[in-house]
Amino acid sequence: MSQEEKKVAKTGNEAFAEAMRQINPDVVAAYPITPATEIVQIFSQFVADGMVKTEFVPAESEHSAMSACIGASACGARAMTGTSAQGLALMWEMLYIAAGLRLPIVMAVVNRALSAPINIHCDHSDTMGARDSGWIQIFSENVQEAYDNLIQAVRIAEHPDVCLPVMVTTDGFILSHCLETLAMLSDEQVSQFVGPVPNRTDLLSSLEKNQPITIGALDLQDYYFEHRRQVAEAMVKAKRVIALIGDEFAKLSGRHYSFVEPYRLEEAEAAVVVMGSSTGTAKEVVDSLRASGKKVGLLKIRVFRPFPEEEIVKALGKVKVVGIMDRADGLNAVSGPLYPEIAAAFYHHQSRPQLLDFIYGLGGRDVPPRDIETIFSDLLEVTSSGKRNFTVKYIGVRE
Amino acid sequence: MKTAEEKKSTWKELPEGDVLEGASSLQFKTGNWRSIRPVHHPEKCIHCLLCWIACPDSAIKVKDGRFQTIDYDYCKGCGICSHECPKKAIEMVPEKK
Ligand code: SF4
Ligand code: SF4
Repeated sequence: MSQEEKKVAKTGNEAFAEAMRQINPDVVAAYPITPATEIVQIFSQFVADGMVKTEFVPAESEHSAMSACIGASACGARAMTGTSAQGLALMWEMLYIAAGLRLPIVMAVVNRALSAPINIHCDHSDTMGARDSGWIQIFSENVQEAYDNLIQAVRIAEHPDVCLPVMVTTDGFILSHCLETLAMLSDEQVSQFVGPVPNRTDLLSSLEKNQPITIGALDLQDYYFEHRRQVAEAMVKAKRVIALIGDEFAKLSGRHYSFVEPYRLEEAEAAVVVMGSSTGTAKEVVDSLRASGKKVGLLKIRVFRPFPEEEIVKALGKVKVVGIMDRADGLNAVSGPLYPEIAAAFYHHQSRPQLLDFIYGLGGRDVPPRDIETIFSDLLEVTSSGKRNFTVKYIGVRE
Repeated sequence: MKTAEEKKSTWKELPEGDVLEGASSLQFKTGNWRSIRPVHHPEKCIHCLLCWIACPDSAIKVKDGRFQTIDYDYCKGCGICSHECPKKAIEMVPEKK
């Protein structure tokens, strides 16, 4: 295959499956769930056609799928899976175990609303709920980012300073099922970029000396705290590694990725913070408002865990009013989950914007440009009046 | 069990990911939990070894296909052996007696 980049039309799910084919993991264990099913379904065809060397484990539930990935990863294999919503929820127990045992599993997650009521469409309630599980979380704005993020995720997860699992997300149906142009790297480029799984010396010495080891033993009051402290440190170190891998990937692909993406924030008086596919719509709205002379901009959060506190403060410190777009509700009588994290990031800074929270798009509710225009008009009103009349507003719900 | 004087590793010294030597459960004497004790009556025993299969702590010791003894260091007194024994050859008695 040529080293030339190939432009193809792919859905988010196809892009994830293609990335997995090129990564060629040792083990994929999975259970189907809408709208993520296609990822592993397409991948299982690659396995059947002998295009990958992967051992495919069709598990009887997501809990088992993640358990199988944990077992494989603990043996030093490169393990991957994909899921969504209820599937992610069923993996809950194992998510914490994967992180706590420092296993670099990579998972494609298609964001979907959690039941009840049952709903198969996009919001971020599933992945937001896993935000304190010790998984690195990377959100994708479009199909290209989903592909690029998944390839980088392998290197981030397996870096010896990190050894943490990574989930890369797309928005259900909006990205998972929509056809977009994708610039694919060649198989060789991806295979060289991800390289072989780095050896875990602790696991390897056990094999060499033929000495059995115990992984995940009872830890209790004496050692649990120290082990959790190590996970916290790994998440801190992940920040350096994510930047490092981002630079390396930019050299390979020409596409640069950072923790956040500022968009037209120069001298912006009002801005929104947004994650995932709505970023594209919001950029359009920013462009049209800028064209009519309004000083508005946007900050996209790509990496949510580790939380890019410094980068957010740096990007938004001079903006007067910021609207945080939460595609999940915190159900805490205050706000969605993104709002308090950004508010906390600014707490110790003298120069900080006024913050308002906008909960939008739950259960796949469409997010047309006019909804984002409403958000900006609320923000601009605060910039002129200086008065903030609410903390949280529900956008797009029938009042 | 660990002794009080043992120097405990800090989070920086400890191997990452909760990996330790194999068979570490041998250091954990689950027999400390026991409140009722299985007592074996050899005269009733037919050496079917159902107790040995069922014991969750491998506390039933077998030699040459015959019941030998119960390892009270690890027997936690769950009573499964007694329940499974077809000959009622294992009796559960309170520890305090
Ligand atoms: S009481 Fe329970 S732990 Fe003890 S020997 Fe019987 S089965 Fe094993
Ligand atoms: S189950 Fe009862 S009869 Fe069978 S070996 Fe054990 S003690 Fe003996």
